[in-house]
Amino acid sequence: MAIQVLMPALSPTMTEGTIANWMKTEGDKVVSGDVLCEIETDKATMEVEAVDEGVLGKILIAAGTESVAVNTPIAVILEEGEDTSATDSFTTAPASTPEPAAVASIAATDATEPEYTGSTTEMTVREALRDAMAEEMRTDDTVFLMGEEVAQYQGAYKVSQGLLEEFGDKRVIDTPITEHGFTGLGVGAAFGGLKPIVEFMTFNFAMQAVDQIINSAAKTLYMSGGQMGAPMVFRGPNGAAARVAAQHSQCYASWYAHIPGLKVIAPWSGEDAKGLLKAAIRDPNPVICLEHEIMYGQSFAVPDDPDFVVPIGKAKVEKSGSDVTIVAFSICVSYALDAAARLAEEGIDAEVINLRSIRPLDIDTIIQSVQKTNRLITVEEGWAACGIGSEIAAQMMEAAFDFLDAPVHRVAGEDVPMPYAANLEALALPNADKIITAAKAVSYAA
Amino acid sequence: MLISKRVSIRLTEIIDDAGRAHDVVHVNHPGDIMAIKPKSRPKRAARKKPAAKKAVPIATNDELLSYYKDMLLIRRFEEKAGQLYGMGLIGGFCHLYIGQEAVVVGMQATAGKNDTVVTSYRDHGHMLACGMDAKGVMAELTGRQGGYSKGKGGSMHMFSREKNFYGGHGIVGAQMPIGTGLAFASKYKGDGGVCHAYCGDGAINQGQIYEAFNMASLWDLPVIYVIENNKYGMGTSIERASAVTELYKRGESFGISGAQVNGMDVLEVRAAAEEAAAWCRAGKGPYILEMKTYRYRGHSMSDPAKYRTKEEVSKVRSESDPIELLRDKIAAARAAREDELKDMDKEAKAIVTAAAEFSQQSPEPDPSELYTDVLVDA
Repeated sequence: MAIQVLMPALSPTMTEGTIANWMKTEGDKVVSGDVLCEIETDKATMEVEAVDEGVLGKILIAAGTESVAVNTPIAVILEEGEDTSATDSFTTAPASTPEPAAVASIAATDATEPEYTGSTTEMTVREALRDAMAEEMRTDDTVFLMGEEVAQYQGAYKVSQGLLEEFGDKRVIDTPITEHGFTGLGVGAAFGGLKPIVEFMTFNFAMQAVDQIINSAAKTLYMSGGQMGAPMVFRGPNGAAARVAAQHSQCYASWYAHIPGLKVIAPWSGEDAKGLLKAAIRDPNPVICLEHEIMYGQSFAVPDDPDFVVPIGKAKVEKSGSDVTIVAFSICVSYALDAAARLAEEGIDAEVINLRSIRPLDIDTIIQSVQKTNRLITVEEGWAACGIGSEIAAQMMEAAFDFLDAPVHRVAGEDVPMPYAANLEALALPNADKIITAAKAVSYAA
Repeated sequence: MLISKRVSIRLTEIIDDAGRAHDVVHVNHPGDIMAIKPKSRPKRAARKKPAAKKAVPIATNDELLSYYKDMLLIRRFEEKAGQLYGMGLIGGFCHLYIGQEAVVVGMQATAGKNDTVVTSYRDHGHMLACGMDAKGVMAELTGRQGGYSKGKGGSMHMFSREKNFYGGHGIVGAQMPIGTGLAFASKYKGDGGVCHAYCGDGAINQGQIYEAFNMASLWDLPVIYVIENNKYGMGTSIERASAVTELYKRGESFGISGAQVNGMDVLEVRAAAEEAAAWCRAGKGPYILEMKTYRYRGHSMSDPAKYRTKEEVSKVRSESDPIELLRDKIAAARAAREDELKDMDKEAKAIVTAAAEFSQQSPEPDPSELYTDVLVDA
């Protein structure tokens, strides 16, 4: 029986890749462990090894083919005695696979901030973050990047690609795996007059360093009577990636948003990523930049102007609407826009606010929206308890109580550690369906 | 492992500024200075054995008197702080440095213009030794507007960028990675500065210190880790807390050289500091100095110190008090007459009295200060 070789997923978030090279040709004998081909993902080039023995009967996808979806058959291996006619029935249609998380395609239609009207380039969030760092490092010699695998490896998620080459190992520094230590070192360097960008491979690991972030970075300005603080950025992916389970899937927005002395940003789009990170690097305070792994590979039109920054503390209305306000940040903006598009088909006109900053929180933009829609849903991957939605709901009670026609509804991560199983993980996270259900509930629509 | 111990009693002749010759007796006890050269890091095999081979430290009369003045000021300041605490004028935690004065004064004797200092919460002595004003320090202890942090930091959290003093940190051990970062900044900027990062024998068991050791050695950062071993981490003796009590060896597995120093002798501290600073300035990376010292008072003001005997404390006070030891050296060198030393004591008391008065006259911070200094305006 001929065996299909499927395009493998080589990282938790990989959805497609490029076949760079075939290391075997049709008719070659293959034993388990032989390298069949090389695949480029958005992060790295990986070798794919055969797990079955036989003869490479047919290559279904030629070398150089880009955007090959995960689970697409790429080759056929024949068992001993089979001839090539056994390959005839195989095609390159992807095997059935769950749809990747829907990404909103709705363009921004309204904004409280003046829209950027200059030239843009289509690029991934990953590239936008890299460009933000590179541009700021070009103009300020005191800015440097440190973290695990940021230099020679080009970033665990390839965010720092090319920076070592341009800026050298004095300013792009591979650290040992030592979060508490290098975070404290970064704080000391900031006290000493530098502007460190400290990358956490993911924010889950920053818990090892949280004392230095909160007690040293956030509080010193106050404790010193304004004499000295820590102008620096802590950045890295936050929230749920995909199938990495409880210890690697957590949103820390409310943890850091709790702390006076910190600023907290959570970019969603490429424009957010570049503009907010640049603002963070220029900011004289410690800024937590919560990125999202699943957004890294998604493309947006990103402003080219090196002076383009997104002000910290300002939200953006990504889609205007009159019936219900959906407030979200980071990847949840995608879910909210998706939900809004589907709600529109059912006659509910939702307004979607991308918070962009978590602290300071742009509560005025939310209030203005609620004064129009009289209904509010908050969306976050983090748990509802003491979450960002809870904070927004409390502030609405204080500032917009009389404008609410329904209780504020929080769509949040389920109150459990993140499960590994695919079905349970999907159940644990917010999605467009949950937002739609909530929107109908606050609209008293069936 | 190379460990050198020595016993020496030497008579040294020194010539003072006026051309008069003096005999000075220097005594080193076994174990006072030991140096260790780790063999675990081949690329550093050429490192010289530090500290132990240097001649017995000597000082000019002016130096002796200057250290005496600095140490006396710290002691009088701390005694007054203890008093004000008892009167309810200082609140919260207050950790006194009495008994340990020779450590920071000896270290600061070698400090260069761009050298930085960072320490824990037992920090009053360090601030005075860095040249910070006694009035500003005392007024911070009383929580007044005239304090270094406008009354918002208190005893444990004071800073002076002007004097290169970077705190004053309340979380045990956190200052060590921070000091490593200050050294990183000095190396990055190329300003030639060395960081003195202080911690106690209790803090040295915190994991983040070893993370800092690793990076400091890996990147050859100019930092002297000064471990003030006063034998007790709060109420727990070092023997009850540390599997290895020779703390100068704690950098061994990171290839960091260390030396044990008699922290009660300001000249021995200075000599060790000079060696360590020269090491750092030569680009050889970090250095560890374990200062054997003693605190006379409790861990903080609320500590009844039941974990040690009165006899133990009085034995140290009578036999190895750092100020008395220095006084003996001054006498042996005939650097000052008894009445001149008394005048110096009066001067120190006058500074402290003025600081205490200022700390009570300075107003409490304006209520509007509650909301300032949380963020810098972007």
